[in-house]
Amino acid sequence: MKIAILALQGAFAEHEQMLRLLGVETTLIREHWEDVSGLIIPGGESTAMMRIMKDEGLFEPLRQAILDGLPVLGTCAGLIMLDRNHLNVMDITARRNAYGRQLGSFNTEADFEGIGRVPMTFIRAPYIEKAGPEVEILARIDGKSVAARQRNMLVTAFHPELTNDTRIHKLFLSMVARQNTCSEVAQLHV
Amino acid sequence: MEDRTTLNRQLAQMLKGGVIMDVTTPEQAKIAEAAGACAVMALERIPADIRAAGGVSRMSDPKMIRGIQEAVTIPVMAKCRIGHFAEAQILEAIEIDYIDESEVLSPADDVYHIDKRKFRVPFVCGAKDLGEALRRINEGATMIRTKGEPGTGDIIQAVRHMRLMQSEIRRLVSLNDDELYEAAKQLRVPFDLVQYVHENGKLPVVNFAAGGVATPADAAMMMQLGAEGVFVGSGIFKSGNPEKRAQAIVKAVTNYDNPAVLASLSEDLGEAMVGINESEIQLLMAERGK
Repeated sequence: MKIAILALQGAFAEHEQMLRLLGVETTLIREHWEDVSGLIIPGGESTAMMRIMKDEGLFEPLRQAILDGLPVLGTCAGLIMLDRNHLNVMDITARRNAYGRQLGSFNTEADFEGIGRVPMTFIRAPYIEKAGPEVEILARIDGKSVAARQRNMLVTAFHPELTNDTRIHKLFLSMVARQNTCSEVAQLHV
Repeated sequence: MEDRTTLNRQLAQMLKGGVIMDVTTPEQAKIAEAAGACAVMALERIPADIRAAGGVSRMSDPKMIRGIQEAVTIPVMAKCRIGHFAEAQILEAIEIDYIDESEVLSPADDVYHIDKRKFRVPFVCGAKDLGEALRRINEGATMIRTKGEPGTGDIIQAVRHMRLMQSEIRRLVSLNDDELYEAAKQLRVPFDLVQYVHENGKLPVVNFAAGGVATPADAAMMMQLGAEGVFVGSGIFKSGNPEKRAQAIVKAVTNYDNPAVLASLSEDLGEAMVGINESEIQLLMAERGK
């Protein structure tokens, strides 16, 4: 299993470190990629990442790969990039800078569906303003949705890569493992 | 470590691999954001003009900074004078995302830097070497940048600072545990910061290049020397085609280790800013605040 991490701008090294801790092979991608089982879109500035992504010709290939079922984890800016107004693969609308400027950044702990209490770090973070019927909301803070899943896509408005808690990454890896098993089964049926 | 300090260090982590651009108007801020800047530095005059104008240079008008905050969604930084804690308080009151306690402005205090631990907003500070960097971090800075000579378009000083800092870090890593106490004494910094560098081989905060960056090649060179991102001051809006140059420098930081991409980025950029060689300048701003 090899996981690609989008390395255009932002905190990609932190995800790399987290996956290494879990003994998973990673590759940083900037132009093209091959042979990966999953993708992480890290935190950073979504406007910067979108701009570079378009200029590098990554926008369409990435969008298509995700629509074709490539498991993807988007954290903070990564959540924004997957929403209706950006890559338009996930049926959510993100509200950018939803907690204001840096003075509004905070740490907290909240329940995460299927995992339990999870430490959460929000840095100039978004939240999910609207979500379609297919989207499963996994965590809420003060009634606002801050984590969700839809088919092969998992997003968090906070930064699991900045804490010592590996459970969100493990959840993503289990989605990757399941997807791989499914495609093997599908191949067998061909 | 206090929650706030950690959150402020983490915001700097989100800026990594990015370019922070000096802007003087909301229009310039929008150009910078569209070009892919990860943050902007709002200031009334860019360093090249501050240098040309001479006289005392101070914090920008808060109204002007607000105008830029309203124009973009990316983080907005602003500069205060070294030691001028009241200017910093004002910048905190307008909810700036990062304060640059900067040698580009005239220093307000030639002994004391701002006690940055007293603030909730984060600070970035310049450093020419490891001792300076760790002293600023001890005072509460949550991001460090080189102190390359602002407004000159000459990269030599930023290169010197980054090389020196990296070689001093390598030296600390190679020391025996019992030699660290003496190193802390020589660097005039607390032992725990020296120990952190010894164990991790890097600063405890993000380290950017700043001062004299004018071309995509300058940016790429600084990244290869160990910078985690780049500040560009006068280099963009003092050049012939700011929009194109801004985009090129953003992409150069992402592709800093890919010469083929850098070659195509460096084509047809128009005129670079007119540079001033380090030997031609009267005032060495890097000597302010040590």
